[in-house]
Amino acid sequence: MAAEMRFAKTHEWIRPEAGGLATVGVSAYAVEALTDLVFMQLPVVGRRVKAGESFGEIESVKAVSDLYAPVSGEIVEVNAALPNALETLGKDPYEAGWIIRIRPDDPAEMGNLLERSAYDAMIRSQPH
Amino acid sequence: MTQTLSETPLVRWHQAHGGRMVDFAGWLMPVQYGSIVDEHVATRSAVGMFDVSHMGRLSVSGPGSQAWLESLLTRRVADMEPGRVRYTLITSGPADSDRGVSILDDALVAREADAADGTPRMSLVVNASNRPRVVDWLRSRLPSGGVDLHDATRDTAMIAVQGPQGVELVASLAPGPDAARITGLKTYRAVPATVADRCAMVSRTGYTGEDGVELVVAAADAEPLWEAIHEAGGPLGLRACGLGARDTLRLEAGMPLYGHELLEESDPFAIGLGLAIDLDGRTFPGATAFAGQRERPPGRVRIGIVFDTKRSARQGDLVLHAGRELGRVTSGSYVPTIGNAVAMAMVDREMSEPGTNLAVAVRDSLQAGRVVPLPFSRRKPVVRPLASG
Repeated sequence: MAAEMRFAKTHEWIRPEAGGLATVGVSAYAVEALTDLVFMQLPVVGRRVKAGESFGEIESVKAVSDLYAPVSGEIVEVNAALPNALETLGKDPYEAGWIIRIRPDDPAEMGNLLERSAYDAMIRSQPH
Repeated sequence: MTQTLSETPLVRWHQAHGGRMVDFAGWLMPVQYGSIVDEHVATRSAVGMFDVSHMGRLSVSGPGSQAWLESLLTRRVADMEPGRVRYTLITSGPADSDRGVSILDDALVAREADAADGTPRMSLVVNASNRPRVVDWLRSRLPSGGVDLHDATRDTAMIAVQGPQGVELVASLAPGPDAARITGLKTYRAVPATVADRCAMVSRTGYTGEDGVELVVAAADAEPLWEAIHEAGGPLGLRACGLGARDTLRLEAGMPLYGHELLEESDPFAIGLGLAIDLDGRTFPGATAFAGQRERPPGRVRIGIVFDTKRSARQGDLVLHAGRELGRVTSGSYVPTIGNAVAMAMVDREMSEPGTNLAVAVRDSLQAGRVVPLPFSRRKPVVRPLASG
């Protein structure tokens, strides 16, 4: 896992890629908490989002959760195969389980997010 | 002020085995231990066990007890022999008016073996959420003598063992004669038996649509009995199941849940619960109102809806056809045996025929569905004939 990976408090991760893009997914902790994934709704390519805005949904047997954009930008690619292979999220949440690729308006915005160690500390302190 | 949650005698076991605990009707209960889908599938294919100790267990005894319940419950009680169990509603309000009637709960009423002095002993199992107001209502209706009402909930525990292998599993933990009594139970019958060296009331009832039994034991016997069943069931594929699987199982079986399909002001015939109402020659709170409802075709009726997606409709979602509102979803979820989302709903009677295409507004989009008969899935028929009444 790249050291530059950052985490939102809402459990999305974002990783800078070449060409001014970034990949976004959800953390292993979030997937494990959801269990029994049944449905995912991805955004349309080309949509613009603001940091903190919902860009899609993931649904488990018990509940539906929003997916929140970690930074503002334009969605340039979505993992179209993922909704039909939700088990990938559990198996490989940081690589094959990527959800969207975004072109951030301001790459510096990622600095507002948690580093891996801070995110790990946050989830350790959450009630199970 | 924070309210302390009630705990069943099995709470430590749940916590030690990965139970995700939540507040359910004021009780600390497990929603799931691992995967709700795995727990559901285990119950349909082998056996699942459920801690249902949070449900209210009321004992009614004394020479007037059976006649008293006969005067109060929607179901006939007077002709129940020891060992018989029936599904009933509990209503409050005047008997002789068609107004002011409330359905407080649905319940199982049972007649147990007579007391040593030959007087009847009855029991009621009610929903955890409704227990306080049911007890209040019943206490307000007690006669001055001849009937004793005791809330046995905290003195006891209740364990459900459900699935095609459930009855045999429980019988395997009982001595010879008791094992035969357990396997010989017809549905909606109960018998006292020794199971894993503990005294239990065993009834062939459940809330999953599967064959199985529910066991009531003294609170102190709950954990040893649970452990014994869990250990013996392991090789069969037994899974401990939480409230999550309990809900997907009962939904798949088309069974109503109070607060969803059944409400205080419901027309029981419209929901398909006419079997819980014995009107002829009887009186009980709400009898006049129900007699009227039985004669009138209901405006809305309960239906099942299947979708072609796993995306789930939930309680309150609007059901539509060509832009016209037909009704609302009462319960909905992805269910594993069907492999897609299903829902129960109350909709206009004219649009309730199986095969009707309709749409449900799920969050911000319309989702196509089809009316199907209930239950959504049916267990394989048991060779033994089902009991009547």
